[in-house]
Amino acid sequence: MDPTFWHRLQFAFTITYHYLFPQLTMGLALLIVVMKTLGLRPGGAAWNEAARFWIRIFGINFAMGVVTGIPMEFQFGTNWAEFARRTGNVIGHTLAMEGLFAFFLESSFLAVLVWGERRVGRVGHWLAALALFAGSWLSGYFIVATNAFMQRPAGHAMGPDGVLRLVDFWAFLFNPWALAQYAHTMMGSVVTASFVVAAVGAFYALRGVHRDHARRFVTVGVAAGLLSSMAVAFPTGDHQAKLVARHQPVALAAMEGRFESGPYAQITIIGQPNVAERRIDNPLQVPGVLSFLAFGAFHTNVPGLNEYPEHLWPDNVELLYYAFHIMVGLGTLFIALMGLAAVFHARGALLGNRAMLWALMLAFPFPYIANTAGWMTAELGRQPWLVYGLIRTRDGASPLVHPGSALFTLIGFAGIYLVLGALFLFLVLREIAHGPAPHGAHAAGEAARV
Amino acid sequence: MFDLWFWIVAVMLTAYVVLDGYDLGAGALHLAVARTDAERRTVLAAVGPFWDANEVWLLAAGGALFVAFPRVLASGLSGFYLAIFLVLWCLILRAVAIEFRSHLSEGLWRGFWDAGFAAASALLPVLFGAALGNVIRGVPLDADGWFELPLFTTFLPADPPGILDGYTVLAGAFALTALLAHGAAFLAWRTQGEVQARSRALAGRLLVALAALWPMTTIATHAVNPDLLPALPGRPLAWLGLALAAGGLAAAILAVRRGRDLGAFAGSCAFLAGMLVATAACLHPVLLRSIADPARSITAATGGGDARGLATALGWWAVGFPIAVGYFVTLFRLHRGKAVAARDGEGY
Repeated sequence: MDPTFWHRLQFAFTITYHYLFPQLTMGLALLIVVMKTLGLRPGGAAWNEAARFWIRIFGINFAMGVVTGIPMEFQFGTNWAEFARRTGNVIGHTLAMEGLFAFFLESSFLAVLVWGERRVGRVGHWLAALALFAGSWLSGYFIVATNAFMQRPAGHAMGPDGVLRLVDFWAFLFNPWALAQYAHTMMGSVVTASFVVAAVGAFYALRGVHRDHARRFVTVGVAAGLLSSMAVAFPTGDHQAKLVARHQPVALAAMEGRFESGPYAQITIIGQPNVAERRIDNPLQVPGVLSFLAFGAFHTNVPGLNEYPEHLWPDNVELLYYAFHIMVGLGTLFIALMGLAAVFHARGALLGNRAMLWALMLAFPFPYIANTAGWMTAELGRQPWLVYGLIRTRDGASPLVHPGSALFTLIGFAGIYLVLGALFLFLVLREIAHGPAPHGAHAAGEAARV
Repeated sequence: MFDLWFWIVAVMLTAYVVLDGYDLGAGALHLAVARTDAERRTVLAAVGPFWDANEVWLLAAGGALFVAFPRVLASGLSGFYLAIFLVLWCLILRAVAIEFRSHLSEGLWRGFWDAGFAAASALLPVLFGAALGNVIRGVPLDADGWFELPLFTTFLPADPPGILDGYTVLAGAFALTALLAHGAAFLAWRTQGEVQARSRALAGRLLVALAALWPMTTIATHAVNPDLLPALPGRPLAWLGLALAAGGLAAAILAVRRGRDLGAFAGSCAFLAGMLVATAACLHPVLLRSIADPARSITAATGGGDARGLATALGWWAVGFPIAVGYFVTLFRLHRGKAVAARDGEGY
């Protein structure tokens, strides 16, 4: 077996689990700022109460994001020491800047946002929401910029010893890949948050409780959901795909399960990649569309996997193909669902349409799946490279940490994260069941009076 | 440039120990100094607004180490593999305990998280102390700068070194005592009533225990690393650090007896900062000492950093560091005064 297998699985598992939480908190931070801003107006007390509810959900998610995020930073050194040694001069910058510029900002004002409304007043609390929004979106940038360097290295030079050095800080920090991937990632995060807000609103509307808040949540969720679902596809997703076509053509071929090269390349809507026979089974395809989407012209040649030796192929073509297709398929459905919901809402008919409310309520897991599939597309497509074209994944692991140790810690994480996940669901479902009314563990009596 | 970054990393780690040290110590002690739920909530109110920001110093220092000395980060984190994951799991348990406790008023729920908070808070200083012990003693670096060590030994001085061996566990105990005293002094300063009285009494005893452990740890340190103390005469900064530590400890012991809580906490801060500065000054320029062959030791200059990149990094560090300090000033101003347990459901 590949000696890096358990290292890879541990990183994949811990990062996938981790990203379930920031993808909500980053998007939700934006929506909380929107609600707090509406709450600043005279008579905005109800929006403030709505914000307070989402801040409670945010707080639980944020705590999960923090505790599952800390191990990510350390794993560069523990499990991927050779990678850390060779790239620290470059990606050490963004990882260190994340701590200095983003984490201090977030951690200093989190307690103010979650507990300090009475202490700092309306405007102070609004500022705390803004600080959390800025901190979490900055944090996202530094991480995406780090990943972008691994996808398409920029601003570096490689020494004869294989160690990378930074030669152009700004080219590295504002790597065009980073800007594109950041826009796409953040829009994906807003999609998740919008769907969750809309789903809770739909849940309350269907049950006939918290009617005013249900309307607020559905309005914010559908408006932000429609805008972000469109933006995640065009222009950000489209731009990202064009970058992949230009800089990682072999990854694009694998994402589409395309083996033969040629012009008027077809896009595969559905079908199963058969890597052994080098074809797509049971395909449903539209000719020319892939050429157009990747290069802007129907007649452009799009190379297939056959053009490349197998040692340059992503090492899991099937999973990459499905991850990409699940992301794109779900993204298309999101636009349709939110577009339909927006049309109903504009006519004032959404809150009376139980079928639409059911759809909105049940839709919230799918953005999580789409965001996860999107990251799987990015990371599986990067294989077999750790830093594209420079360092192979199999050369990046810690030389003296044997697979048994990696499996030991992976099992430890699996157990801890299972328990954490159960606790998380318990606490979040409890908050949702309680609803946006004034709240506190001992305030049950108070709530009963309301 | 490399020396400058050596000290940047040292300063950030010192900030971590002084700041997160008090909430670790307070967490480890809170079962003893706070017996009722209201008292526990007072302790949490005292550390609650700060602990997360304090912990960021560890990540920020790790980031600085990554960019400045990637060889040290790579070798150290992979060499201490299992111990690092113990630290990570303790950090997870502690953070979850603080954040989840207040969500339910159920006694069993809170009791469980209180125990978790205390256990993780007590284990972390031991692990951090042992980590520093490993750095002081040195590790068996190979020709490429990698090493591996057993997680534990039989703890006898004759054993080959391990991550947790006789010396490093002693270093861990010393660190635990220091941070318990630090946390007790912090709680004596920031709380009132019973919690304050118990913290003050404990701080007095812990500071004396610390003073008693200090010479013992120093002798053991000399036994495992005979180069360290003879390096002292030529290093004025080390003298300054030791003077600060000794003065701070003496002042803290006196201040506790006179009931001057802020003075005791300040003395404890001075002790921790002085000890770490003295240690860094004695180790300098070595970052990761090789036990067998001194030529294999990784120093600031051979830590894998790139001078040009670090000049760039100094640019953003000079912008970010004052901002981070500014947040802390704001944070302490926002939460000045004695901590009072919030009405349940409105705070930690």
